[in-house]
Amino acid sequence: MRFFKARLPQLTLLPSLVLVAVSVYGFIALTFVISLTRSRMLPRFDRWEGFDNYARVWSHPRWEVAVENFAIFGLLYIGGTLVIGLGLAILLDQKIRAEGALRTIYLYPMALSFIVTGVAWQWLMSPDLGLQHAFRTWGWESFSFDWITQSEMAIYCVVIAGAWQASGFVMALFLAALRGINTEIISAARMDGASGPAIYWHIIIPALRPAFLTAIVVQGHLSIKSYDLVVALTRGGPGFATELPSTFMYEFTFSRNEMAMGAASAVMMLVLLTVLIVPYLYSELRHGR
Amino acid sequence: MTKYLTRGVGALLSMTALSAPALADEVEVMHWWTSGGEAAAIAVLQEDLQARGTGWVDMAIAGGGGDAAMTALRARVVAGNPPTAAQMLGMTVRDWADEGFLGNLNAVAEAEGWNDVVPPAVQAFGTHDGEWVAAPVNIHRPHWVWANAGIFEELGLSMPTTWDEFFAAADAIEAAGHVGVAMGGQAWQEATIWEAIVLSVSPALYEAAIINADMDALGSEGIVESFEIFRRVLGYADPGYAGRDWNLATAMVINGEAGMQIMGDWAKGEVINAGLTPGEQVLCAVVPGTDGAFLFNTDFFAMFDVGEDAQAAQRNMASAAMSVSFQETFNLAKGSIPARTDVPSANFDVCGQTSMADLVEATEAGTLFGSLAHGHGQPASVQAAYLDVVTQFANSDMTPEAAAEALVASVGGAL
Repeated sequence: MRFFKARLPQLTLLPSLVLVAVSVYGFIALTFVISLTRSRMLPRFDRWEGFDNYARVWSHPRWEVAVENFAIFGLLYIGGTLVIGLGLAILLDQKIRAEGALRTIYLYPMALSFIVTGVAWQWLMSPDLGLQHAFRTWGWESFSFDWITQSEMAIYCVVIAGAWQASGFVMALFLAALRGINTEIISAARMDGASGPAIYWHIIIPALRPAFLTAIVVQGHLSIKSYDLVVALTRGGPGFATELPSTFMYEFTFSRNEMAMGAASAVMMLVLLTVLIVPYLYSELRHGR
Repeated sequence: MTKYLTRGVGALLSMTALSAPALADEVEVMHWWTSGGEAAAIAVLQEDLQARGTGWVDMAIAGGGGDAAMTALRARVVAGNPPTAAQMLGMTVRDWADEGFLGNLNAVAEAEGWNDVVPPAVQAFGTHDGEWVAAPVNIHRPHWVWANAGIFEELGLSMPTTWDEFFAAADAIEAAGHVGVAMGGQAWQEATIWEAIVLSVSPALYEAAIINADMDALGSEGIVESFEIFRRVLGYADPGYAGRDWNLATAMVINGEAGMQIMGDWAKGEVINAGLTPGEQVLCAVVPGTDGAFLFNTDFFAMFDVGEDAQAAQRNMASAAMSVSFQETFNLAKGSIPARTDVPSANFDVCGQTSMADLVEATEAGTLFGSLAHGHGQPASVQAAYLDVVTQFANSDMTPEAAAEALVASVGGAL
């Protein structure tokens, strides 16, 4: 009995530890192993190809497009949601009327799944049904917004839809952080004659550092996992112009019977994520200490 | 709390019960025929089997043209619990047979003479090393032109038999204010049109460049020409076609928004659902220049290697799926034609009757080939290499010469 009492915390954590070890780290390891084999339709461990599959992934034109799109999407999506979210939060923080209602409105897109966002924006951005059609029927004949049908521009449509969905969430993060700032510091700065923008630039925004960390980590991993949004919005098209690493992985693993290549691309996604997030986390957490 | 726990455990238990292996007198069938006509068609098979004393455990997984079902199937097989039978396209049957998971249907096939009634090109997918492993239930033909009869009559057009006539008709339709060719914007739809054009250039080119993946043929003048024609066809699409589903494109033809669509015979289902008759309000003709040839894609019931005790039920199912009456009912509902050539054609519509006659003719002439866009030309990985180039060509300003070069590189890399 005493043993149990003493070991209760460990025992309670054990099941989840085992689950995480097997279903997260175990499967990461399995994926890596599969990426070294010649698995096509099913996992097979009888033929080893070393890192050939990685070479095949990196020389594939679709992967090239996927990585380029990921760079565009990741930068603009994270950057866009941070800027819009922070802007909205600062504006909402001006002790305005009906703040609660406005906050809810901006936060609501977060309640939708990316699938719904994707489908709705697909209609909005379709030249036959959406904004272009509406503006033209209202008399603005030359209005043109057909990015979703153009190979070079379609990825920006994904950014727009993604930013629309997630900006409200980032706003909520910043708003909470803004409310947590000690008002005495701001009063003191004001006493010293600092202007409004200067207070924001030198005092408030630096004080939001932890909120930036949270927002970047959350949005960063969402952007690399982003799959449903692209599937619902463009299905990777036109052609494969909006391919992302995640859609590449699914396509190769499950539709093309190239499981080893799919696994290799999944490992590459993990590496990308690690490369992007870990240094940031490291510097931020050390800074915080 | 306890109540919720009990309920949860109960739910888990009932889930395990559902996924338990089929009983000896039952077949568990995985398929993705869930739309109205298809579901009705599959119910016919279900009833037929029940009359023979074999139960049916339905495992319908909709979505992605079978992608979702194939993913679920893989999970089941890897877990050592395959269904009795699964719907598959030709190349997939081959993949599963190569992996050694399929059973042997020779006992039924020999007793019922499948070898004599199924065209050899279809047999090539249903058999593996001379053993029947899958029962073919239909033959689809993907290279049809569907046209709005009202528009054609108004403009005094007839169904085109050459590409020149096709483009003349499309010009006239556009001049009258309609969309020339209704297009859907997915790789398989673009490839459906492109492969039909290759076939129209010459059946020999289709055989060399697609079935045999011959590098010289892939870089040849004929392929360049096929991309030139494809570029012209694409010019008649409306700007909003990116990402459009095929049935929405068919709807454009049905409601007179567009004049023509190039699509397989499953488009008939949409026509019938709209309360119209194929061949009357919506005209059909094979893609210009492909009338002597026949591309096909076939749905099979692939039979997994199940234990001895489940084999009787499995054989029953194979026999029922291959019966003349089921093949007729099923294909009338599905828009395709029977995989057996001895089913009477009287009940089929004009388009179906044309297909049935052409099938026999093309079999004799040696111009019956599997469709690349629909999983009967090349294995999935190589097929995708073709589709990558075709869709890239359709969605950029790539030149036909560059497309032929890209095709050689892409297919060469995937082989």
